[in-house]
Amino acid sequence: MTVTMVAFGLALGLCLAAVLAAAVSPPERRSLVVGVGTAGSGVAAVVAGVAAMAGSGFSLVLPWVLPLAGVRLALDPLGGLFVAVVGGVAAVAGVYGIGYSGHGLNGRAVQALLPGFVAAMLLVPAADGVGTFLVCWELMAVTSLLLVLAEHRRRSEVGEAGLWYGVMTHLGFVAILVGLLTFAAHAGSDSFAALRSAHLAPALASVVFVATLVGFAAKAGIAPLHAWLPRAHPEAPSHVSALMSAGMVNLGVYGIVRVGADLLGGGSRWWWPLVLLLGAVSAVYGILQAAISSDLKRLLGYSTTENMGLVLIGVGAAGMFAADGNRALAGLALAAALLHVVNHAAFKTLLFTAAGSVLHATGTRDLDALGGLRPGMPVTTALFGMGALAASALPPGAAFVSEWLLLQSLVHGLPPSGVGTAILLPLAVAAIALTAGLSVATFVKAFGVGFLAKPRSEAAARATESPRTMLAGMGLAGLVCVLLAVAPMVVLPGVGAVAGGVTGAADPVVRGAITLELSTVAGSLSPLLLALALLAGVVAAAGAVRAVGARHARRTARLWDCGGGPLTARMEYTATSFAEPLQRVFDNVLEPEDDVDVTHARESAYLVESVEYRRRVPDRIERRLYRPVVAVVAAWGRAGRLLATGSVHRYLGYGFYAVTGVLILLAVTR
Amino acid sequence: MIGAVLQVIMVVGGSPLLLGLMRQVRAKLEGRAGAGIWQPWRDLRKLFGKEAITPRRTSEVFRYAPLVLFATALMVAVVVPFVTTRSAVGPVADLFAVVALLALGTVTLALAGLDTGTAFGGMGASRAVTILALVEPTLLVAILALSVRVGSTNLATIVSSTLDDPGRVISPVTLLAAVALLVVIIAEAGRLPVDNPATHLELTMVHEAMILEYAGTDLALVELASAMRLTVFLGLLATLFVPWGIATAATPAALAVGVAAFAVKVGLLGVLLAAGEVFLAKVRLFRVPELLAGSFLLALLAVSASFFLA
Repeated sequence: MTVTMVAFGLALGLCLAAVLAAAVSPPERRSLVVGVGTAGSGVAAVVAGVAAMAGSGFSLVLPWVLPLAGVRLALDPLGGLFVAVVGGVAAVAGVYGIGYSGHGLNGRAVQALLPGFVAAMLLVPAADGVGTFLVCWELMAVTSLLLVLAEHRRRSEVGEAGLWYGVMTHLGFVAILVGLLTFAAHAGSDSFAALRSAHLAPALASVVFVATLVGFAAKAGIAPLHAWLPRAHPEAPSHVSALMSAGMVNLGVYGIVRVGADLLGGGSRWWWPLVLLLGAVSAVYGILQAAISSDLKRLLGYSTTENMGLVLIGVGAAGMFAADGNRALAGLALAAALLHVVNHAAFKTLLFTAAGSVLHATGTRDLDALGGLRPGMPVTTALFGMGALAASALPPGAAFVSEWLLLQSLVHGLPPSGVGTAILLPLAVAAIALTAGLSVATFVKAFGVGFLAKPRSEAAARATESPRTMLAGMGLAGLVCVLLAVAPMVVLPGVGAVAGGVTGAADPVVRGAITLELSTVAGSLSPLLLALALLAGVVAAAGAVRAVGARHARRTARLWDCGGGPLTARMEYTATSFAEPLQRVFDNVLEPEDDVDVTHARESAYLVESVEYRRRVPDRIERRLYRPVVAVVAAWGRAGRLLATGSVHRYLGYGFYAVTGVLILLAVTR
Repeated sequence: MIGAVLQVIMVVGGSPLLLGLMRQVRAKLEGRAGAGIWQPWRDLRKLFGKEAITPRRTSEVFRYAPLVLFATALMVAVVVPFVTTRSAVGPVADLFAVVALLALGTVTLALAGLDTGTAFGGMGASRAVTILALVEPTLLVAILALSVRVGSTNLATIVSSTLDDPGRVISPVTLLAAVALLVVIIAEAGRLPVDNPATHLELTMVHEAMILEYAGTDLALVELASAMRLTVFLGLLATLFVPWGIATAATPAALAVGVAAFAVKVGLLGVLLAAGEVFLAKVRLFRVPELLAGSFLLALLAVSASFFLA
């Protein structure tokens, strides 16, 4: 019995206890019991994950739990990392959920599903056999689908979002099922250990990889399979959004790394440029959609697509370097990707919970109707600001460190081994740079328009701070964000060791305690000293200003605004107008739909009574790729309806002809 | 350490002079007398003597943005080897971090503009952030082109390698990257043809629109920080492409040469920029992306050149 096993068992046990408690406890205690159970399970999972990363993993076969294959569980460093990340998110979501569940989410089913979802997410990285993995994966999909549908009675969009999510996640599941079962059939065994030692023909290995890649990319929200994500994540309750966006999507990345790099051992050379390209497209497309979105939670959902894209750029680059034999650089790229997974989980949890706090207080997520939240909600505003800084790849923020590492690995990938790499790597750098720039624009918009300035609606003006448990959950996530931003060395050695273990890099990727030094290539950065220097600069500037120009004290006055009269909130820039220049620049990519209706006066066509202007920016991939498919499926459905007219004679006829057909077929083929 | 102090003194003290010099050159070329190169310092002295005003209903973001803006410019002045490559802070930040710090300055100002809740503030913030987003790819790809042959993004390493092998400066890689960087630096520093620092016309303002509500010491700090940013940008260009004169030893003589070389290089670049601006008109905001796309192409060419000519 190792500490890992005990902690992991405790985490699952607490989840199970919370599920049972939700079923039996009285309504007024329910959210408290479930929240404490989920948070405790999250903490235990973090302990288990960290212990597994430190090397004390476990392996367990329980043949009596499931028929045929039984359950195989094992926790190695790679799985441990993802267990720890899910655990961290669950701890925050649990605490936050106590206060958030107050309004309408206190039902027995919803409360019982939350710890169930957490347990399923913890089991996926611990699965050590194809059967176990698929069962846990499906359990995770079903519980999350039901949680997305939690508020379906209140808003009609929830149902549609659930439909999209349900269909896409199951199509993805089918792809993974096909890939992994093909793999297992050729390996002759269900366990991952057997898969690792199996030798597949290159063509077959490619089929397995592409099939699983499709399924895992759909779960990670990678374009063009992202369509469910910006629908389902916003419609779920906010702590569930956090669990999905910061926890569940990571498991798509886990699947790609586990199957591609670990089980298939790197495979063919062309896999990894494909992964990198998918990542680059998702990163740019996701952040572009986020930049023009004016729904706060939809914006965060698209930003998840962006961040998972960045992670896949790192994973793809790691695979390319490993295929070239440059294991040290591959370790660096993968470490950057995994660190970004950790960072993204931290800041996305914070942002989604803060967005939930805003939704809780104002009842809207429309940025065009928010603003002016600073006086009413100071803590939420400060925490969202911290999250936005962490998300926008600026120092001193968490994402800056991981994107810096990613850029370093790409810079040192040149001079390249071939023309393909020579074209891909600069393009990847450009994609990361454009993503970084657009994410700055996105989060300046989300924070500046959503929280600062004057309130744009009654609801925003009346907003008050959220309950204390919600603030505690958000504060916890904020603390982790700050820690990751100034002291990434707390997690980097562990993450680097995991990446080194997967890619086969011998040395630790980074060293140093305060200044982060790359050990295999030249490069160093000190996030802590940068943050301290920034603080010192601010203090020095404040002191200097006081010394030089303190003849008059600061004075509060009315807004000048070029001498104009008092401005109303309608004259402010909104989120839509803020993003308008960007939308115009990327007109060709986004293809917005404009609609102008002019109503003329009855007396003369030269007099205009009213002008109505509408602009929508639909998801272009969705329109081009999904609408035709959906249309074809719908047409098939309609055609199928012609067969069923309600006449019993006709149905009996179908039966007769079908049986006859089968008999003829058997007679011919035997 | 002494080098860092010298750099800070040069940048803080010299940047208003650079601004004055550029305005004077422009005035002379346009046939005006001009106010003299000390005018920006006189303006700053006047502003530092006046009270700062906090508009009602603005938050801490508005209040502290000038300080953060100034701090970022100050940090860049310390980190980049303008005068000497022998600096204790070399490993703390590299070229990526410098670019990100400068972007952080733009972001704080944009947030302050939004925080006022005025139409102008939002407009300026929206435009500044759009330009920032489009500048970033060029900037990073140009950095990639410069750092590939050195194998490091550390500024001191890049400078030393150019000093060791001067022939590199006229290689196609460096020249293409230099032109690309020049364009984006003009855009980031808010100079013509992207933004006109002398205008307060609502259709064209970018930087000025964000700082309309600042007064007194706050405004002085913003103006000083903007001048420092211009100096730092031009200094970055000079340091990366014309590194001669930068001290590689810590002797007083070498440092003196470094200080003089920095002043001459940045002054010369400023004069050239000011002279060029006389012949330019501001382009429409929606033509700026074309300009930046062109510079991105140059940066990409620089990277491919570094591969195919290697």
